[in-house]
Amino acid sequence: MAEFTLPKNSVVTKGREFPAPDNATHTRRFEVYRWAPEAGENPRVDVFHLDMEDCGPMVLDAIIKIKNEIDSSLTFRRSCREGVCGSCAMNINGRNSLACTKAVADYTGSIKIFPLPHLQVVKDLVPDMTHFYAQYASIKPWLEAQTPAPADSERLQSHADRAKLDGLYDCVLCACCSTSCPSYWWNSERYLGPAVLLQAYRWLVDSRDENSGERLDDLEDPFKLYRCHTIMNCTDTCPKDLNPAKAIAEIKKLLVQRQHG
Amino acid sequence: MNYRSPLAKVRGLGSAKSGTGHWWMQRVTAAALVPLTFWVLVYTRMALTAPYPQTLAWLADPFHAVAVWSWVLLACYHAALGLQVVIEDYVAAEGIKIIAVWAVNLAFLFLALAASVALLRIVVTG
Repeated sequence: MAEFTLPKNSVVTKGREFPAPDNATHTRRFEVYRWAPEAGENPRVDVFHLDMEDCGPMVLDAIIKIKNEIDSSLTFRRSCREGVCGSCAMNINGRNSLACTKAVADYTGSIKIFPLPHLQVVKDLVPDMTHFYAQYASIKPWLEAQTPAPADSERLQSHADRAKLDGLYDCVLCACCSTSCPSYWWNSERYLGPAVLLQAYRWLVDSRDENSGERLDDLEDPFKLYRCHTIMNCTDTCPKDLNPAKAIAEIKKLLVQRQHG
Repeated sequence: MNYRSPLAKVRGLGSAKSGTGHWWMQRVTAAALVPLTFWVLVYTRMALTAPYPQTLAWLADPFHAVAVWSWVLLACYHAALGLQVVIEDYVAAEGIKIIAVWAVNLAFLFLALAASVALLRIVVTG
């Protein structure tokens, strides 16, 4: 059966608490999930009180401040700090998002920061993305064409055809959507999940790609594709405001079209 | 230690090349059940309030019989398709999953056959 409760060694316990500096005027409370593989302990939630007068405005700024000034062992991924790289995807107050694009001021009360749900944790806020990236590789995320490219120019595309890629090419593969999807939680070994299916659709609608048939063949599977039950968590949570649920629906439409169209 | 590459695990046995028919028929039966449910509501109301002979006579009418029969067959098909998806979602153990899916399919096949025989008897004997 699908597991609905945490195994004993994953039950989250209370951690340490770090008070704000004495002269703090504008403090905010952050609850951060901590787990280190070498410690042999259950995961815990550490509480950090930060003075926001001395901290950048975004959730990522707060985490960096914690690492720099309070606990250097706090582990997380980050790079671009402007919503382009997708590294700092995490669960903030129950919703998957990019820590760098979420302002602390937009939340009230304590801010709870957890790793993306239902992935193995490597350490603290760093989940293991190996399987997710392998799923991405499995859809062959590159242009496949038999016709050689023109010798003296790139493969051309009309403005209208290029516009079809808007809302698809913008995906940064942060995995917020896939890890918010209950279908992906229960069957991620076989279900490709919204992020990878959106990418699959990005290549299906690319006018320069000549392999739509094979791509659809590979997707036509009760588990790879049809575990999507239009729950819509993916679209709801996407930090880039994309619509993976619609992309999946378009793939289903293409499959019906080639049988019944 | 498992030395299979992550990509080999993801590719697994490849695509089943099916699922579209299952998904599409669930939508088709759902759409068809919407108008057909009207007859079933009329029938249910009669079964609860009208005298037995009147209900039989209503069902024996070929038009009503075909409508109710269509509803029974489509509802059984729709329910079997839907429950199969629920089982595939939540039952991870491969053996139990296969047995459960077949139990559901056979149960609805039996229900559809039983309802068909009952309806045919009413239509034939009036």
